[in-house]
Amino acid sequence: MNNLQKKTIKNLRTNILKLSHKAKSSHVGGCLSIVEILTVLFNNILKISANRKTFFKDTFILSKGHACLALYCMLYEKKFLSKKTLFDYGENNTLLMSHASHYVPGVKFSTGSLGHGLPVAVGSALAAKKEKKKKNIYVLLSDGELNEGTTWESLLFAAHHKLDNLCVIIDYNKLQSLTFVSKTIKLEPIIDKMKSFNCFVKSINGHNINQLINAFKFQSKNKPKVIIANTIKGKGISFMENNIAWHYKSPNFLELNKALKEIENA
Amino acid sequence: MRKIFIEELIKAAKKNKKIILIVNDLGYNVVEKFAKMFPNQFFNAGVAEQNMMGIAAGMALEGYHVFVYSIGNFPTFRCSEQIRNDVDYHNLPVTIVNVGAGLSYGNLGYSHHSLQDYGLMRLFPNMLIASPGDEMETKACIKYILKKPQPSYLRLSKSNTKPLHNKIPNLKPGKWLSISKSNRISKKIFLTTGNVASIAKKFLTNKNFNNYSIYSLPLWGMKYKKDQFNQIKKWDKIVVLEDHLEDGGFGSWIKESINNNKIKTYIISKSLSNKVIGKVGSEKYLLENYYLKLISK
Repeated sequence: MNNLQKKTIKNLRTNILKLSHKAKSSHVGGCLSIVEILTVLFNNILKISANRKTFFKDTFILSKGHACLALYCMLYEKKFLSKKTLFDYGENNTLLMSHASHYVPGVKFSTGSLGHGLPVAVGSALAAKKEKKKKNIYVLLSDGELNEGTTWESLLFAAHHKLDNLCVIIDYNKLQSLTFVSKTIKLEPIIDKMKSFNCFVKSINGHNINQLINAFKFQSKNKPKVIIANTIKGKGISFMENNIAWHYKSPNFLELNKALKEIENA
Repeated sequence: MRKIFIEELIKAAKKNKKIILIVNDLGYNVVEKFAKMFPNQFFNAGVAEQNMMGIAAGMALEGYHVFVYSIGNFPTFRCSEQIRNDVDYHNLPVTIVNVGAGLSYGNLGYSHHSLQDYGLMRLFPNMLIASPGDEMETKACIKYILKKPQPSYLRLSKSNTKPLHNKIPNLKPGKWLSISKSNRISKKIFLTTGNVASIAKKFLTNKNFNNYSIYSLPLWGMKYKKDQFNQIKKWDKIVVLEDHLEDGGFGSWIKESINNNKIKTYIISKSLSNKVIGKVGSEKYLLENYYLKLISK
């Protein structure tokens, strides 16, 4: 892990917690689980023009739109958003709401209803493939989101059309809205499922920078790529890890300070 | 009308490589020519409408004008949230083509009847509804949509209807088109959208309606409701015709546009009877039994 990655990870976790506390917003657990994924994507993978802030050569869609606070903190690191814009999060009549919005610079597509991001990403990938453009489409899904039928409709289509410019990342933190994924709608054996849909599958530790970089950089041929990122919901904060309460709760003042100390000492 | 649609789309695709046609495994004997001529602009999404609408949004996001072709409730209700969030909210150039307007697929039963589609499509703020009444209006609607790509809903009758115009009319969203003018001094009209304009024509021979003029409104939607009032207030009586249920329909839309209690115009909505639900028969049979009798009353 280099210094930039280290700094980005620390800043993301710090700002996610501060803003979730300030705005009393939910979904802090699912934001913390994707910090490393976003860090690698935005620092090492996505082609972003430095000159035009809203211009992406690649497309990234956050299909788990409820984790937009993590994305907004990332866009702030990449100077898409000013400090004022970011810290207005949750205020009335401001730009940032609690689900990803295309009105925010750097956000290509609004999400919030699960199961929408992948079909749209497939459409983008199909368009890019048709034009033989060197363009990759990245879409980040939650594990609970895989319950949606569109996931499987889209994977069938993507595999049929050999969309190897499509990279699907699954934030497999194993907790969904009410309880564990395994107690809700079982996904296992998830690797076999994805392989049987004719996808190229990599199952990795979603908090390990090197594993993430290698998985992203691996060029799949004639098949869409699915990265199963095994993560921990609430990652980095001991009392939030694997605890369903943090799908809903925002940290109070004491909890915030305790959490910030843990980040400082990490 | 679907044949006219595909011919017009072929003409447009010859000039514009950014035109895409996506079907959900439907369109036998209609879409083959397009698919053969433009294999890179044609996709069959299979029997998966939500994914199809998402893909259409994704391609539109990359700069394409995407036509999604299907029947009745499949490209509308089945994927209504994809239309709401992905197409309409992002204001993307996706044209949803329904080739089963009203009772076009009468014999196929309730699953295939488009009786509530206006109600759904007029809920979307950016959506342009295009509901032509004959071949010329169909061509005019397609011409308009090609010129101004936007979220749009093209509602077509399965078969061709009787001609209303001699040439392609000039269309503007929200603006009524004159189809026939009464010789007598009267301020009573039929106002129609879609293929029921020919029904209005039939009723001109009825003694209750022989002093009526006919107007059609092929292009409408939420944005254009406020423009209706000035056209409505010129008339004493307006009979609104539609092959759709009354609730959420075109007649309801017209009535909602009145923002002034002092208006003297008497508006009556003649919509399909909800008794048609679950009934099977040809379009002609169903219209005769569940619609025409209602109008003459």
